[in-house]
Amino acid sequence: MSEPLLLGLGLRASYVLRIGEVRAVDGVDIEVPRDAVVGLAGESGCGKSTLVNVLLANIRPPLRIKSGKILLDGVDLLEMSREEVRKKVWGVKVSYVPQSALNALNPTKRIIELVKDAITQHTPATDQEVVSLCKRRLEELNLPTDSIHKYPHELSGGMRQRVIIAISTLLNPRLLVVDEPTSALDVSTQKQVLKMMLDMKRNRIIDSILFVTHELPVLRQVSSHVYIMYAGKIVEYGPADSVFFNPLHPYTKALMYSVMTPEPETRERGLVAIPGEPPSLLMPPQGCRFHPRCPYVMDICRSSEPRLVPVGEGRGVACFLHHSEVAS
Amino acid sequence: MLEVKNLSKVFTVGLFSRHRIEAVKNVSMNVSRGEIVSLVGESGSGKTTLCRMILRLLEPTSGSIKYDGVDVTRLKGKKLKWYWRKVHGVFQDPYASFHPFYRVEHILYQAFNLLPGLSEEEKKIRVHEALKMVGLNPEEVLGKYPHELSGGMRQRIAIARCFILDPELIVADEPVSMLDASTRVGIIKLFSDLRDRMNSSVIFVTHDIGLAYVVSDRVLIMYKGVIVEEGDPLTVMDNPSHPYTRRLREDVPLLYRKWEGF
Repeated sequence: MSEPLLLGLGLRASYVLRIGEVRAVDGVDIEVPRDAVVGLAGESGCGKSTLVNVLLANIRPPLRIKSGKILLDGVDLLEMSREEVRKKVWGVKVSYVPQSALNALNPTKRIIELVKDAITQHTPATDQEVVSLCKRRLEELNLPTDSIHKYPHELSGGMRQRVIIAISTLLNPRLLVVDEPTSALDVSTQKQVLKMMLDMKRNRIIDSILFVTHELPVLRQVSSHVYIMYAGKIVEYGPADSVFFNPLHPYTKALMYSVMTPEPETRERGLVAIPGEPPSLLMPPQGCRFHPRCPYVMDICRSSEPRLVPVGEGRGVACFLHHSEVAS
Repeated sequence: MLEVKNLSKVFTVGLFSRHRIEAVKNVSMNVSRGEIVSLVGESGSGKTTLCRMILRLLEPTSGSIKYDGVDVTRLKGKKLKWYWRKVHGVFQDPYASFHPFYRVEHILYQAFNLLPGLSEEEKKIRVHEALKMVGLNPEEVLGKYPHELSGGMRQRIAIARCFILDPELIVADEPVSMLDASTRVGIIKLFSDLRDRMNSSVIFVTHDIGLAYVVSDRVLIMYKGVIVEEGDPLTVMDNPSHPYTRRLREDVPLLYRKWEGF
């Protein structure tokens, strides 16, 4: 087995605020293999966007990293200075399209100006070269090449998102990280954006994608592996289909029972509500963080915290229900 | 119970060159007692405009809305209050519909403006019962301000207001689209509770065909201001007749089936 493209080990990061410490990432191990689409699923406030920032070594106060190691393509990002990371890693080895990208473009500049500003940080290419690079990339992905000369508002939401993703990978980074790239789009546009990302992987523009979303059906369509995050911790991971169709953690099970898709299976299966609300990361519950909402709660869950333990077939789960199986 | 006939809404924009936007075009629909109907469409399809007209928050350009045989299209004053007692709205962001300076208690007691003649004791009982029905602890939430509650709890308060008023029809405009997966189902279930306990009808206005499919007795598909398809959810999804519905079925991500060629 080749080494993973991205490896995060024992990551702990907190927002240090006056009112206390928000442990948004609390002991996370995560791996993005080569040639894979890894889905990171969880609800808002579970720490998934923070985890992404940590994995990209984009750590600025009040966010602080407490411990851990991040290896991207064999390089330890936490050993590098922020300046080095910005020059040599972002856009070169990994590209990140944050949730707000769609509406965060400077409205007074044409797309190509924005690209030039960004890219000259990383490469000595001339303006002419950047333009032809952009055009070639857009052509390759069947996007209209004239869109680079337009202003952001002149492109529709879906087109803007596709153009952003396409040009964010101009320097052929190995990893693309996207955070909720399609949650603001209607389903048809969403499908086009997803298709384009998979095409980019097929065309070897990128090797792997780390896809952050709360929408399980989307992950079902695109991902090869999934990680399920709850209250700052990974509770379950594994190959996508096996996690979806044989969920081990009660939280994953509950999530599956709350998915509403227009399929007969969904109607037959029915909907089951999860009682309560996700905990505050300022004061997470003792023991397993899901225990106040868990239908299978046992005594041990209230006092000790389950570790994320491998259970075979590339899967892992943090739940005492399955630890006993491992022991016996 | 609710009969909407040839309802249209035209917005004119622009100062010099009057530009007409036909948000809702000649829409007819009806809702029977105890029925859960979903109005499905993408953003800009006119579904919210239609729902605001049904709630009488927006004046229709033409057409009529009848409720229990009474034409309510141009009702005013006391008569309009009568209608609002029967038909109640729940919106996407309850934070935006609650006055931030008022405590939950005050917000809920406002509902009694539509229900005159109750004693203080009766009001108190109703408020407490309603909160319990939506799964909230009255002692815990009554003294709080909207910003001290989570999105799910705020939406529960909005629904508690429905329970207090005991309305016959609830129009819920994207009531769960701002909520997380794990809290979403709990809220959806409250609406079916309302139907089961009080025989209320519910109109869900949503972009989420999955939600519509799972919870409703009937779906209406809206596209560019027109209702293009209508029927029970299984038939509509199995056998869509309009190209838009067909596209919707093909493009919505599913859980149990993978897209072809992906």
